[in-house]
Amino acid sequence: MIPLAPSDYDAIRLSLQVALAATVLSIPFGFGVAYLITFVKFRGKMVLEVFVNLPLTLPPVVVGYFLLLLLGKHGWLGSLLNDAGIRLIFTLKAAVIASAVVGFPLLVRSLRVGMEGIDRQLINASRTLGAAWYDTLLTVILPLSAPGLLAGSSLMFARSLGEFGATIIVAGNIPGVTQTIPLAIYEYASSPTSETMALALCLVSVVISLVVLFMHELLARKMARRD
Amino acid sequence: MQISMNVKKSFGHFTLSTDITFSGDRIGIFGKSGSGKSTLVSMLAGLVDPDDGDIVLDGVCFFSSRKRINLRPEQRRIAMVFQQHCLFPHLNVKHNLLYGFKRCPLKYRTIDFNALVDVLKLEELLGRGVTNLSGGEKQRVALGRAILANPRLLLMDEPLSALDDTLRFQIIPYLKSVSEQFGIPYLFISHSLVEMRLMTDTVLAFEKGVMVGQSSSEQLARNRMGSSQVGYINLLKLGRPSDDGSLYAYPWGASRLLLSAGSDRDSSMAELSSKDIILFKQHPEAISARNLLHCTVRSLFNSERRIGVELDCAGNTLISEVVQDAVSELGIVPGSTVFAAVKASAFRILPG
Repeated sequence: MIPLAPSDYDAIRLSLQVALAATVLSIPFGFGVAYLITFVKFRGKMVLEVFVNLPLTLPPVVVGYFLLLLLGKHGWLGSLLNDAGIRLIFTLKAAVIASAVVGFPLLVRSLRVGMEGIDRQLINASRTLGAAWYDTLLTVILPLSAPGLLAGSSLMFARSLGEFGATIIVAGNIPGVTQTIPLAIYEYASSPTSETMALALCLVSVVISLVVLFMHELLARKMARRD
Repeated sequence: MQISMNVKKSFGHFTLSTDITFSGDRIGIFGKSGSGKSTLVSMLAGLVDPDDGDIVLDGVCFFSSRKRINLRPEQRRIAMVFQQHCLFPHLNVKHNLLYGFKRCPLKYRTIDFNALVDVLKLEELLGRGVTNLSGGEKQRVALGRAILANPRLLLMDEPLSALDDTLRFQIIPYLKSVSEQFGIPYLFISHSLVEMRLMTDTVLAFEKGVMVGQSSSEQLARNRMGSSQVGYINLLKLGRPSDDGSLYAYPWGASRLLLSAGSDRDSSMAELSSKDIILFKQHPEAISARNLLHCTVRSLFNSERRIGVELDCAGNTLISEVVQDAVSELGIVPGSTVFAAVKASAFRILPG
């Protein structure tokens, strides 16, 4: 039996909560951005692509710092939200935003791969059969992007579970409030007497990741069989 | 149906430029790959925007760069049957068929689903997924899906080119009968002259983005005889054959033909190349060809340094291809009589 402290259960719950919220909230935006990049011709497409992928290449701490500048009390968006009585920094919401920003490129990349694999003639067929562009989007592109969506959301979920750098900057490391598994492990690892506890949470992290990956594989195979 | 297209479209070094008006319910667009025929129909369907010009169908302006009109594809009511069927892989046959039907405005939703399923023999397939259907079945579903949308015009962009010979000739009767039965005019795109003759009345020929001719499909086939490797393909309607020793005797109008291939159908269509018909001025004494037909020359026509001889064989028509020297030596003129020899193995019974 893995020895877990009550605060560890909180960390596991918060990690799952943050990863799930970040993934679910990112899906509509990810789908929209992937659709724009794949199907729509417009000026500045390359700039959008670069910006979407930027968090993939930047150190997460840098992403977190920029988010702090943006969402902090005196930040461009943070000050507006503060006036409206909304505080984000050092809350669970900030952890969700940090995870969403860091994992977003993975979601968009997978969705793009899925969308690029759709035969354009299917879209043309749909349009000539009387479907408007949004109808085609919902009835042809969305269902045919499902494998990409599944792959992207699994990757993003897994990435969110492991998110550390950006989260610690914008959400801090408050047990029971913003402390996720990586942050709890970090805290245990900083103390020489908590090696076993750190290892236990590491094992939990591995188990969760394995479950996510297995579920992804199972669903992907089911989809492939259906096709 | 009347279509007027005065459009220009450039892709890199290729430019399609055409100013045409044509009418009819069975129109063909003929041309080699890269001649611009698919671009033309894509512009008509609203899938590709012309750089400049106007597109008008039966008085409805679909596109005008001058008036800044550009109807979206779904507003044009022009359905397409594509080369690669393009069925939605996530929907079964029934839901594929109903895709256009459900999106058709109520006032135009007049095609009877069951009647169409019956005509296309799709009853057994309705519950099946589309990925495991044969090529012919897929194309029948694609055709049914397009017809159920009750379009004002059906565009068929090389719908037969991905099929093998057997399936191709099995599908042609469906393509013809469905549009005739449900009163939907069509534009048929192909690079096959035989398909053109079986499917269309009027043909527009395209080369390198420019229309080079407008004629009947029959006239087009005659014009292209000399430049085609297979010559002019005679299409013969034959009756049910009977055994005749090692060959099969097919009724052909008032006469009969001996063929090496049999058939168990009551009627068949056979191909015979104009290059496989040898003409004699007099009855040859001994000849290996099993068919010797006494014919009257109806007319002559030129095609790329070859002479086409239209023969009347007991009321049936045959086109033979000869060189100018042969015409002079045999004294072939309209009204003269000749003997046409054809080997039994020169015919090809079309599948279907």
